[in-house]
Amino acid sequence: MPRPMTIAEKILAAHAGLDEVVPGQLIECDLDLVLANDITGPIAIKEFRKIGAERVFDAAKIALVPDHYAPNKDIKSAEQTKMLRDFAREQGIAHYYEVGCMGVEHALLPEQGVVAAGDLIIGADSHTCTYGALGAFSTGVGSTDAAVGFATGRAWFKVPESLKFEIEGELRPGVTGKDIILYIIGMIGVDGALYKAMEFTGSAIRSLSMEGRLAISNMAIEAGGKAGIIEVDDVTRAYMQGRMERPGVEYHSDADAEYAHVYRIKAEDIPVMVSWPHLPSNAHPVAESRDIAIDQAVIGSCTNGRIEDMRQAAEVLRGRKVHPNVRCIVIPATQLVYRQCIEEGLMEVFLDANCAVSTPTCGPCLGGYMGILAAGERCVATTNRNFVGRMGDPTSEVYLSNPAVAAASAVAGHLALPEDL
Amino acid sequence: MEFKGTAHRYGRDIDTDVIIPARYLNTSDPAELTKHCLEDLDADFVRNVAPGDILVAEENFGCGSSREHAPLCIKAAGVSCVIAKSFARIFYRNSINIGLPIMECPEAVDAIKQGDVVKVDADTGVITDETTGAVFQAHPFPPFIREIIEKGGLVNRTREVLGLK
Repeated sequence: MPRPMTIAEKILAAHAGLDEVVPGQLIECDLDLVLANDITGPIAIKEFRKIGAERVFDAAKIALVPDHYAPNKDIKSAEQTKMLRDFAREQGIAHYYEVGCMGVEHALLPEQGVVAAGDLIIGADSHTCTYGALGAFSTGVGSTDAAVGFATGRAWFKVPESLKFEIEGELRPGVTGKDIILYIIGMIGVDGALYKAMEFTGSAIRSLSMEGRLAISNMAIEAGGKAGIIEVDDVTRAYMQGRMERPGVEYHSDADAEYAHVYRIKAEDIPVMVSWPHLPSNAHPVAESRDIAIDQAVIGSCTNGRIEDMRQAAEVLRGRKVHPNVRCIVIPATQLVYRQCIEEGLMEVFLDANCAVSTPTCGPCLGGYMGILAAGERCVATTNRNFVGRMGDPTSEVYLSNPAVAAASAVAGHLALPEDL
Repeated sequence: MEFKGTAHRYGRDIDTDVIIPARYLNTSDPAELTKHCLEDLDADFVRNVAPGDILVAEENFGCGSSREHAPLCIKAAGVSCVIAKSFARIFYRNSINIGLPIMECPEAVDAIKQGDVVKVDADTGVITDETTGAVFQAHPFPPFIREIIEKGGLVNRTREVLGLK
């Protein structure tokens, strides 16, 4: 009998060909998918050439997504996406997504059924932890790890300790997955889960849609977490049904598995949250932040650019106008979400409200383009980071919120709850 | 391997966006990137840093994005070693993979002051503040990670594993 294990430990053990693993153990594992984008991909490709391998280990198990500076922002970024495109063609990479098909990678790959429960995934992008919402062990790495993954299909891991977050009870109205994760990061800090796997469980988590869960797992890295895992249930199964390219494998933590710490949170204690500059851990209730005036609102990203997020924003914006002092930029995270926005009439709501609506891109989230802030400007954003200079000038400020709060704030001209309007 | 240089001290949670802002990530050329190393935190850093100098920081150095451009531009700026109380895990991996020496040593971070001359013995993990004479012992790397470092990074190790010379 192997020792009792957590989901994280079970997935790592299975991919290392071992019956059991223990935290702290260094192992080498087989990977189900290796991901890179137009920022991290070029370095990964250069390192792949240095390794000297001619072909990638499996052209079906690599995903390349030009999303950060695509559609190309300038000549330099055009060269970077071209490197990705040329490499994808040369190697016959199945999961390369050209502009017009692409989306923000961590919204796109689950939507397209490329990632599945039980997978072990590395991605040269820190928000690769998003796929934990499907019951996968998925973690961000750098370009060199991705290059070695391209060549060998393998990566080294230190088996992390696990932290359990049990959120029981009924969430208050308006509280989303985003609010839950901002609350948790505010509670444990930006290194509160450093080197550890986070596991989210409890009736409040099970009550969330897949979009809400993906937002939670997405931001595990903002607490320093190596993974942010939610166990598979009927919501996960329904999401994967008919979408996945291959059947997933369900792993559940043993009842007597060991956790470095178990956090028990009452769902009704979580308010609608906003993280003030300049750390995601600087989390406050929106109700105590209403006097903060804003210049811009951004609704999109790998955290909150999915269809449910668009619906929540549109519900607030319907029949209203963005405040004359605010620019509101809406970015559906994938081509499919963009199409759904049109089909459901959300696009009309956004346009009527005077929002600018963009084709999918990471763009403003990382201060790339499509909504850069001037000195001293403030933005409320449904993105994931509010570091110094993240969205523009080093003196600009980013406030992280859920989509309904971002939309309400765009209308009010200051941080606001939907019910304030 | 031994390094010696002047200490540049910073606080906790130094994120990869301030190490190298994303507005410069439309290139992956380390020489180009390094001109902007740490500029949103310390506009004078690139002017002041000399080859061999040592970065000293509190907890969670390198948090945020996975961009390998961050350790690459620190290395290209001439920094020989980063000493911190702790590192964010992706930055930690990236540094080992690309051959930027890093040390976890909370006691040294508490004691070393801005401008002190610091000597690091990467093999033994012994850190000496030559300005004060104080000596510290960094946490040792596990053997598997030491092997990557000794082979000059993950690419070299992988070449060996694959039998590519």
